[in-house]
Amino acid sequence: MTAGNTVVFYEGRLVIEVEDLTKYYGEIRGIEGVSFSIERGEITGFLGPNGSGKTTTMRILTCFFPPTRGKAKVAGYNVIEHPLEVRRKIGYMPETVPLYPDMKVTTYLNFVADAKGMDKGQKKKKISEIMEQCGIVEVSHRLVGNLSKGYRQRVGLAQALINNPEVLILDEPTIGLDPKQVVEIRNFIKNLAGERTIILSTHILPEVSMTCERVIIIHEGRIIAVDTPENLTGKLEKSSKIVIQIEGIQQEIKDKLRAIPGVINLAEKGEASPGVFSYEVESKKEKDLSGEISYLVYSNNWKLVEMRAVKMSLEDIFIELVTKEEEM
Amino acid sequence: MNFYPIFKKELRSYFTSLIAYIVLTVFLALSGYLFYTNLALFITWGGASIQEGLWQYVFHDMRLFLLITIPLLTMRLFAEEKKLGTIELLLTYPFRDLEILLGKFLACLVVFSLMIGLTLLYPILLAVVYQVEVGPLAASYLGLFLLGSAFISCGIMVSSLTENQIVAALVTLGFILLFWFIDWNEAAASPTVANVLHHFSFFEHFYNFARGVIDTKDVIYFILFTFFFLFLTLRSLESRRWRGLR
Repeated sequence: MTAGNTVVFYEGRLVIEVEDLTKYYGEIRGIEGVSFSIERGEITGFLGPNGSGKTTTMRILTCFFPPTRGKAKVAGYNVIEHPLEVRRKIGYMPETVPLYPDMKVTTYLNFVADAKGMDKGQKKKKISEIMEQCGIVEVSHRLVGNLSKGYRQRVGLAQALINNPEVLILDEPTIGLDPKQVVEIRNFIKNLAGERTIILSTHILPEVSMTCERVIIIHEGRIIAVDTPENLTGKLEKSSKIVIQIEGIQQEIKDKLRAIPGVINLAEKGEASPGVFSYEVESKKEKDLSGEISYLVYSNNWKLVEMRAVKMSLEDIFIELVTKEEEM
Repeated sequence: MNFYPIFKKELRSYFTSLIAYIVLTVFLALSGYLFYTNLALFITWGGASIQEGLWQYVFHDMRLFLLITIPLLTMRLFAEEKKLGTIELLLTYPFRDLEILLGKFLACLVVFSLMIGLTLLYPILLAVVYQVEVGPLAASYLGLFLLGSAFISCGIMVSSLTENQIVAALVTLGFILLFWFIDWNEAAASPTVANVLHHFSFFEHFYNFARGVIDTKDVIYFILFTFFFLFLTLRSLESRRWRGLR
């Protein structure tokens, strides 16, 4: 950081504090009673189906509109009382990446730098740095309106990053990109972490487990879970499952497997290859049956083709959480 | 006041999107034609005073062209940002609402000033062959400028209410026409109401300027009108924020 544009990062540990945040659009509920806090340097993922309140929460944090009720603090500043200070601390990329189509990329970034009050002297240097970092140097003299989706996304990231923001808020940063671009943007975001605190929203589950250190699951305007992706997976697995493929007489295998103490359920998963059948053995969570199963296979002289433990995916958890909520 | 970035962006946008050139061309072509025909009329009549009569005609005609061209200058100011969604980013940059509004208003005012500034060519040309009194002419230009800024503030207000530029232009035109003709038929209202309406009329307040007379009452009317509509625009920006809509 050079003088003139020195960014003094917020000293506190919690960069974002949200308490009982509620937003109504007239009669329609956006979010209700949302509370969470995010530590400095964390990458947090907002996960939820479309229309669950991710964007609403982000728009409150970026001071686009104030909440109906509740408190939100970004880098120590309250979004209602000090919106200008908050906006100086953040970089935001909305979901649709709205850009001015009739501006050249450099012109646009110049405008953003001015808008964010950047020092004249180092503006030029910073812009070329950012363009380098975001990989948009080759399109710098093209009109924004003529750029491909991938480049638009990068320009969107560049405008968010230009003031070296302490908090980066990205709404669905990888939506509409091709798989290669998705990987690039994800890695890019990961590399930005460190001093910076990043919030990104997504409705794509693998994205969260790949990029985020913490997940906030939102459904119908309420938070239903906050944890690390690993913990969430661990906590919600009620049982452990082992999938095995064995060559042998089906009925005999099934009966003997079912007889192992601790087996809750046995499901037949069909014929994997001629004569080889798959089975899914479900047991209590803490009970590991792999020893018993291998002993059984050995003592009966069956041919074991495959044996693996099944981890519950974030996808399963998400569906479980969301459906649980609906039952209530 | 950090309105300069917005001002610069808007001004650039007027010229890169060609709107400014098109509107300027149409306005100058029409007002040039009317200036020429009015002048020809006065020369043919002979007896009438060019000094007193001509500018009144010319300015009343220019006023008519402002009515048509200014909605085209103001329609995009907020409506386009809303349509493109760029307003979301704009409102999350460290600007106050007032700074955004001022940047846009001043950019439009500059294009408009350029537009009427270029018509100075007519009196300059005339001055080559005929005596032109500067005082009354300056008063008329002041009137035109004030009238234009009132139109612009009205247009910005309407633009902040919609994301459709055509709607913005048409409704602005409607507003301006209403204020223009508000007192045209005194028989349609009771004498008291008619008198009040009389004071609200653009037509009435521009009349003195066109004659080359500056009346403080008229100056204050246009300034208040402009401020009132700018104030309404601020409220509109703010309410949209509270309602949580784009």
